[in-house]
Amino acid sequence: MGMTLVEKILSRAIGQAAVKAGDVVEPRVDLAMSHENGALVINQFQEIYQGTGLEAKVWDPDKIALIFDHRVPAESAKTATNQKRVREFAAQQGIKKFHDIRGDEGGICHQILPENGYVLPGRVVVGTDSHTTSHGALGAFSFGVGATEMASVWALGRILNVEVPGTIKVQVHGDLQSYVLPKDLILYLIGQLSAQGANFKVIEFHGPTIEKMSTSGRLTICNMAVEAGATSGIVPADAETVRYLHEEAGVKGVVEVLRPDADAVYDQVIEVDASELAPQLACPHTVDNVKSIQEVAGKQVNQIVIGSCTNGRLDDIQIAARILEGKKVARNVRMLVFPASARIYRQALKDGTLSTLMEAGAVVMNSGCGPCLGVHQGALADGDVALATTNRNFKGRMGNPSAEVYLCSPAVAAASALTGKITDPRKGA
Amino acid sequence: MSKVVLKLGDDVSTDIIYPGRFMATVLPTETPQYVFADLVDFNTRVKNKAIQPQSVIVAGRNFGCGSSREQAASCLKGPDFIVIARDFARIFLQNSINLGLNTIICPSIEADEGDELKISATHVVNQRSGKSFELVPLPQARQAIIDAGGLIPYTRQRLLQTKK
Repeated sequence: MGMTLVEKILSRAIGQAAVKAGDVVEPRVDLAMSHENGALVINQFQEIYQGTGLEAKVWDPDKIALIFDHRVPAESAKTATNQKRVREFAAQQGIKKFHDIRGDEGGICHQILPENGYVLPGRVVVGTDSHTTSHGALGAFSFGVGATEMASVWALGRILNVEVPGTIKVQVHGDLQSYVLPKDLILYLIGQLSAQGANFKVIEFHGPTIEKMSTSGRLTICNMAVEAGATSGIVPADAETVRYLHEEAGVKGVVEVLRPDADAVYDQVIEVDASELAPQLACPHTVDNVKSIQEVAGKQVNQIVIGSCTNGRLDDIQIAARILEGKKVARNVRMLVFPASARIYRQALKDGTLSTLMEAGAVVMNSGCGPCLGVHQGALADGDVALATTNRNFKGRMGNPSAEVYLCSPAVAAASALTGKITDPRKGA
Repeated sequence: MSKVVLKLGDDVSTDIIYPGRFMATVLPTETPQYVFADLVDFNTRVKNKAIQPQSVIVAGRNFGCGSSREQAASCLKGPDFIVIARDFARIFLQNSINLGLNTIICPSIEADEGDELKISATHVVNQRSGKSFELVPLPQARQAIIDAGGLIPYTRQRLLQTKK
């Protein structure tokens, strides 16, 4: 019997010829990532060692990544102190994949990992962040865990008692229309599956549309797989994955590519015709409340947000700049742009993308999670409506339970910035 | 007997259980003050210790969806809540088991605020309606962690085994 991609990855990670969905395994971990919540992981890690007489040393400092992104620069003394604690721990344990608040190598964890070549196909990646699903874009099995689970990984180098997930195969064909983007595809799919539809399962993406999609687009769709409840999203590695790793992520040498078996057994197969797809929006207050743009066009908005681990890469910012070039953001709208990493920020600075956006009226913020989770920067007023390229629109998400958040692609966000209303980018763009 | 003190619907996210703006607070001893912070009345009752330990929160499907923040489990563990839901989101359920929060999967549960529930290993009985609802066991894969009293003691056991 053939194996899905995740079954294959897990069988290798435990050194067995085969595993199947439902088996309980303890795979070795190739990369363990945390952000500011590393402060809690450290707390739990030290508690594990209490009374053991053993020194609290991580199993392998080269396999741990620590990246500050959620509240950068720190919004409070409390955050700054948490960050200090993580910084000191990284130095003390010899953790080199540590990305501090810096303009040369900082950024959002889910962008830092791929762009530095930390994630390779076939590997097992865990992160104390639910959007760790993103790294399935490179053909790894990558999923979110809590802080205590991570502390256990730091101690043992394995993740304990993992049930091999079943897989939903999503087969996508047809070319996306102009100004219809990977974000629209994943929003559509979440609407079809519901917020629970893929709970405890992996979504494996296939088909000509995915094969043609850039790694940036694949990161977007895998990032949001968790919004359908999925343990992870995954795209089998191919020529584009190898190109990205060599050309953009600085990976040297041969990249081994792992693919699912042709006779793998899937829990469910979903076919999507992408050529029919209109821009999609997730409406308040759940990510699966998805509507086509025709149904919500004209809705007044107060704040546009372009950025995040979902849609803060160079192509996302460039498409917004193309739509806004030589034009002005509507007077009653605030537009915030936050690139996903310092590297992307500098690229967008060099090629003029950021000045185009600023001349149109956008505010460019430093790389980080920014307004997405409502911790600092860009909080909403009572009754405000935000249109964001981020990944969650839960009540209170952008810092105010009396506000509303709609999720969309960068093209919809930019077209709407010009009018102050939800606007179809395919018209007049 | 355990009393239902809060009844919620489907897809209750971790942003509702523990809003992101309080995420700089991480210690399990400190997180309960922000439990359901935007449900102001309920949060006030928790802070004033007006709710008995072992009180029940009843929810629909996909409880704890969204962020992996462990504060969402630790803020419920502190006041010693029992959470009964039709089902749970994966990361939240694992965090709860890891921290020893009492989570019960009960796909057909019908209960309202104020109801008294009798909880056994296999069923929840609503004393008001007299109806009995079957439980779904927690994932077998996590049983060793539950038996050890949480992931910290379990990892400690494993660590000592490997170092011997």
